[in-house]
Amino acid sequence: MPGKLKVKIVAGRHLPVMDRASDLTDAFVEVKFGNTTFKTDVYHKSLNPQWNSEWFKFEVDDEDLQDEPLQITVLDHDTYSANDAIGKVYIDIDPLLYSEAATVISGWFPIYDTIHGIRGEINVVVKVDLFNDLNRFRQSSCGVKFFCTTSIPKCYRAVIIHGFVEELVVNEDPEYQWIDRIRTPRASNEARQRLISLMSGELQRKIGLKVLEMRGNAVVGYLQCFDLEGESGLVVRAIGTACTLDKLSSTAAFLPACNSPSKEMKEIPFNEDPNPNTHSSGPSTPLKNQTYSFSPSKSYSRQSSSSDTDLSLTPKTGMGSGSAGKEGGPFKALLRQQTQSALEQREFPFFTLTAFPPGFLVHVGGVVSARSVKLLDRIHNPDEPETRDAWWAEIRQEIKSHAKALGCHAVVGYSESTSICEEVCILSASGTAAVLNPRFLQDGTVEGCLEQRQEENLPAGCGFCHIPYDELNMPFPAHLTYCYSCRKQKVPDVLFTTIDLPTDATVIGKGCLIQARLCRLKKKAQAEANATAISNLLPFMEYEVHTQLMNKLKLKGMNALFGLRIQITVGENMLMGLASATGVYLTALPTPGGIQIAGKTPNDGSYEQHISHMQKKINDTIAKNKELYEINPPEIPEEIIGSPIPEPRQRSRLLRSQSESSDEVIELDLSHGKKDAFVLEIDDTDAMEDVHSLLTDVPPPSGFYSCNTEIMPGINNWTSEIQMFTSVRVSRLSNINLTNQTLNKNFNDLCENLLKSLYFKLRSMIPCCLCHVNFTVSLPEDELIQVTVTAVAITFDKHQAVQTTKTHVEKSLQRASTDNEELLQFPLELCTDSLASHTFSPAKEHLESASSNSGIPAAQRATSVDYSSFADRCNSWIELIKLKAQTIRRGSIKTTVSVEKASPLTEGHFRQRSAPCANSTVGVVKMTPLSFIPGAKITKYLGIINMFFIRETTSLREEGGVSGFLHAFIAEVFAMVRAHVAALGGNAVVSYIMKQCVFMENPNKNQAQCLINVSGDAVIFVRESELEIISPQQPVASCQPACSGGEIAT
Amino acid sequence: MTNELDIFVGNTTLIDEDVYRLWLDGYSVNDAVGLRVRSGILEQTGATAGVLQSDTMDHYRTFHMLERLLHTPPKLLHQLVFQIPPSRQALLIERYYTFDEAFVREVLGKKLSKGTKKDLDDISTKTGVTLKSCRRQFDNFKRVFKVVEEMRGSLAGNIQQHFLLSDRLARDYAAVVFFANNRFETGKKKLQYLTFGDLAFCAELMIQNWTPGAVGEAPPFPSPSLDSQVDDMDVDLDKEFLQDLKELKVLVADKDLLDLHKSLVCTALRGKLSIFPEMEANFKNLSRGLVNIASKLTHTKDVRDLFVDLVEKFIEPCRSDRWLLNDVRLFLNQYSASVHSLDGFRHQALWDRYMVTLRSCLLRMYHD
Repeated sequence: MPGKLKVKIVAGRHLPVMDRASDLTDAFVEVKFGNTTFKTDVYHKSLNPQWNSEWFKFEVDDEDLQDEPLQITVLDHDTYSANDAIGKVYIDIDPLLYSEAATVISGWFPIYDTIHGIRGEINVVVKVDLFNDLNRFRQSSCGVKFFCTTSIPKCYRAVIIHGFVEELVVNEDPEYQWIDRIRTPRASNEARQRLISLMSGELQRKIGLKVLEMRGNAVVGYLQCFDLEGESGLVVRAIGTACTLDKLSSTAAFLPACNSPSKEMKEIPFNEDPNPNTHSSGPSTPLKNQTYSFSPSKSYSRQSSSSDTDLSLTPKTGMGSGSAGKEGGPFKALLRQQTQSALEQREFPFFTLTAFPPGFLVHVGGVVSARSVKLLDRIHNPDEPETRDAWWAEIRQEIKSHAKALGCHAVVGYSESTSICEEVCILSASGTAAVLNPRFLQDGTVEGCLEQRQEENLPAGCGFCHIPYDELNMPFPAHLTYCYSCRKQKVPDVLFTTIDLPTDATVIGKGCLIQARLCRLKKKAQAEANATAISNLLPFMEYEVHTQLMNKLKLKGMNALFGLRIQITVGENMLMGLASATGVYLTALPTPGGIQIAGKTPNDGSYEQHISHMQKKINDTIAKNKELYEINPPEIPEEIIGSPIPEPRQRSRLLRSQSESSDEVIELDLSHGKKDAFVLEIDDTDAMEDVHSLLTDVPPPSGFYSCNTEIMPGINNWTSEIQMFTSVRVSRLSNINLTNQTLNKNFNDLCENLLKSLYFKLRSMIPCCLCHVNFTVSLPEDELIQVTVTAVAITFDKHQAVQTTKTHVEKSLQRASTDNEELLQFPLELCTDSLASHTFSPAKEHLESASSNSGIPAAQRATSVDYSSFADRCNSWIELIKLKAQTIRRGSIKTTVSVEKASPLTEGHFRQRSAPCANSTVGVVKMTPLSFIPGAKITKYLGIINMFFIRETTSLREEGGVSGFLHAFIAEVFAMVRAHVAALGGNAVVSYIMKQCVFMENPNKNQAQCLINVSGDAVIFVRESELEIISPQQPVASCQPACSGGEIAT
Repeated sequence: MTNELDIFVGNTTLIDEDVYRLWLDGYSVNDAVGLRVRSGILEQTGATAGVLQSDTMDHYRTFHMLERLLHTPPKLLHQLVFQIPPSRQALLIERYYTFDEAFVREVLGKKLSKGTKKDLDDISTKTGVTLKSCRRQFDNFKRVFKVVEEMRGSLAGNIQQHFLLSDRLARDYAAVVFFANNRFETGKKKLQYLTFGDLAFCAELMIQNWTPGAVGEAPPFPSPSLDSQVDDMDVDLDKEFLQDLKELKVLVADKDLLDLHKSLVCTALRGKLSIFPEMEANFKNLSRGLVNIASKLTHTKDVRDLFVDLVEKFIEPCRSDRWLLNDVRLFLNQYSASVHSLDGFRHQALWDRYMVTLRSCLLRMYHD
């Protein structure tokens, strides 16, 4: 009997009138947990009943405590007929199961009915008494903490980061059971809500068990998703990163945000490998690594983890193959070995984190992704979800081998998603291949690494950019140069990653949201034919998406993408691709070349003129963007960069498919001109339109910035005002003459207009930045496109803006120091002097001992990387089309990150500017998709919020049509999230995410239904202005020069 | 391509004051968009008409959802669905209950019934206030009236407590409720020159002095008990007082008393009034008018005509003789004070209760 759950029902308020005669209600409450039910007395004739019940006690196993939600039903007593339900409250008691979180849940909860929405509120108190359970073979995993946050939570320290945990459970969807034909919509919705609640409880418990097996105590970056597979069932799956976390002592937690991390930082060895190309047997190119497989789902059996040894990521060869770096020395080998062994034990060396403790990330190899088209089939035995497991295992293997091909042993910023339409399902996984520091991966290596500290020093700001693979055996044709920061190692010319910008990365200017949008029509088809058609389209879509991203990046004058997320959505008659990322200019990477337009028919004079006109427009746009985003890198003479790369120049090619349906590709030799230009060839109207569409993306109005990462590179003076919002648009396409072009244009307009609307709506917050802009696209019906955006607008102080753009001097040392200055402003501002100097030391070390490595010029090469590989792939695809399915992946660009989480830095900036919380009868609960709250310090994590709601109506018109219905529902969902957080004693939700918003309508029947799934971490934050500030506040300006000066000297 | 669904939901509910005003003024979404375009917002922000349309729709939808809560403002404070900072909540409520001068003059003193509601389109045409806005304002009056009509205690206090209005607005509503309850006629042509402010001023004085609550038996703080067998404290005129007012009749019925009163006033005012001869000539008429008004107040019909009578019997005669406001003030002061010197008159307190209020009302009403 390991637990006793105690519940008290205090009162209700604002109840609906249930008795028309008296305009009052005779309410009572049923409290249910598992199979036990208690009832309160009936409180007659009141809309504000005071039950003040006794404590209802449930004696339960902790396994049930984890799985089951507490279910509270408010009913209207009726003497003669059946009691009418007013509504329900589900309370997840998981936060009460671990000691550091909440101790009591107490507060007003909205009473929710799936047909009527919120109907009044109920005041409930819930407590749990847990008994220690010594049973080693227990099935519960009480005590394992869960965090949605994809970084190490603020008041914790990562002792060990164990790695990937995943689990999925399947069940029949109650909506599709035979009984659904005879029960009411309400009963059906409630059955579904309850089932999903149960399944996610079970899932969390199972994941917890895995974590305990790994000897961890927490899951960070926990992402749980539902796949509504319709007839074939309901899948709840979750991934996360198992960690061992240490709670920082309370004093430390109350110190300015940066203190503990920065202290941490100084002890962390920078295992920057100066010569990352240690494996001579370079992995084959991504092209070769592709596998295309499509087999009927049934044929899969569950793969056991032991079978993966052949794919172990570690290149077995030794070090020092021909590249310039020599001082890597035995330490590196040791390091690598340690890392290898640490990671080798894992089936999947994946990390769902997007930001890392300092020193964790060594190099980044690029984005790896895999997609697979599957045909859904009824899940026959829910207890053995083998098929789904096998599908994911297959994709993960794919990802793993791609990472290996990029010379990386791990994947960070990893995520998985699905898109389902009828019986076809696209499974996608993506992440960033990376080389990690073993320090956090296992015990016992720390000392060894520490010793190397003196030798291993590189400028922190550029290490992650250095390529992890062998230059001579590059996995794909890439275009390398010497790092523009340290001049010693090679870097690619463009970098795509799925992670957040490392905090120590040095950038010039500000970042911006970059989106690629794409639609492709597809014939309606059934089953395998449909799956094949989709498989055939996918490579073209990925290619186009990448072209767009690359073009837009160039147009912005930037050279790296962070937080890249490519979503491919499948509908009845089309496929949609939406890629979002945050573009930045990394100082370590070469200046991007411009975009050059080349005409196909050069004889025609007017055509020429037209081309040159376009060229001018593009050049103007680039210039304008550079000004807008304050990108003004210094011109660096070629000599300083170092000798040209000895290797034979690769032919850069730019490939364009001439028309959408054809797979013919053009090769274009770009290696002629000296300056690395990215060439767009205009050969037909399509291309023309593409160029036009490039130019139609309007920049946000002045005072606005946007990004999809946690924080905006180049802005660090946040003020405390935040506004989280969700915006949904559904557009109906006129189905006459739908072509890919009109479709693209429609989709583009939809997204652009949505952004414009957001800018307009939030204009009162200027200057502000939209952070964590998260677009999701779905195709609910034939001609409907649904776009859902969740983001947070954060104000920042224009006048106190820290000067972020520095003029870069030619000497790398000097420049690095300025960079450090930029990136370390935060610690400077917040730490006392001594702390600050500690903070700096690693950066300085990096800078000085930047190891040399071969560099490569030319930007067009790297651009060609993708494209050429794509081209090949496209060709090969033609042959492979006969195969029933294929998994698409690409290992493209590289990135390495060795950084602490981005947010703590920003968090520190604004303590003095926070506004007092307004007093209100209802406590204010902030919600944000970010992991931090500007101007405030998170003092406690209260547990995970994971809620699933269904709302249905049969009176759509009366509720204000589809807009009125969904508007009200989303507002109600927010309200319920806030109420649960408040009941836990919290005042904010961080890392909030709306994972699903499935909207279905039938206006003819006056009906609509919507399912929403949200999650986040409930926290308590304290305004920094309210904290007794321990260390004296240091104005940025005064502190900075001194520190950076010392920095240079050391 | 058309947007079937287009919503924006913030964790903190966004309120655009300008759009709120347009909504309250009863403009349709399209009209509101037109007005916003004309305000130059597109040029200022670089937005497109489509964006403006979507934004306006969104705000209108939000206001529509909030309207249910605005009907019972305390619910707005305690509800959990819309997170709105307290200052914004107050603004929403205050603006929602604010009414148009033109509208209130049309409705003031009318029964807040379905019948009146049917006339709202006429009122709308006459006042230029949109029908929608007229309905909202009318419903506000009616809702406030219904909530407080049965309550004991200070009328304005009750209104403030149940509708969370500002002090000023709560007092205006008290006037509206008082007028509606007593059905004072205010719509006659000769009363058109009176502003709502004039009438509200009068109402406040009458509430203070002429209702049962004025005597001071009522508990100082309003208690919202519904079992009022007793007269409502603030909403109705004090019946006993009205009954007593009949006693004042002696002032005009008794010829000696009337003459004495006249001579006292004339002696005191001689040389001080520019229109002394006219006053002297009219004294008996004026006094008869004022006292007769008092003595007739037991009849509901005459209560309703109170303002008509005041204008007909006092203000119009004075105005036709071109009395200045100061003349009126001096006269009324002396007129009411002199009664204390009438030895044969026993109802001094009653006289004061009547005249203090009446004097202030008349002075306020004496303008063009």
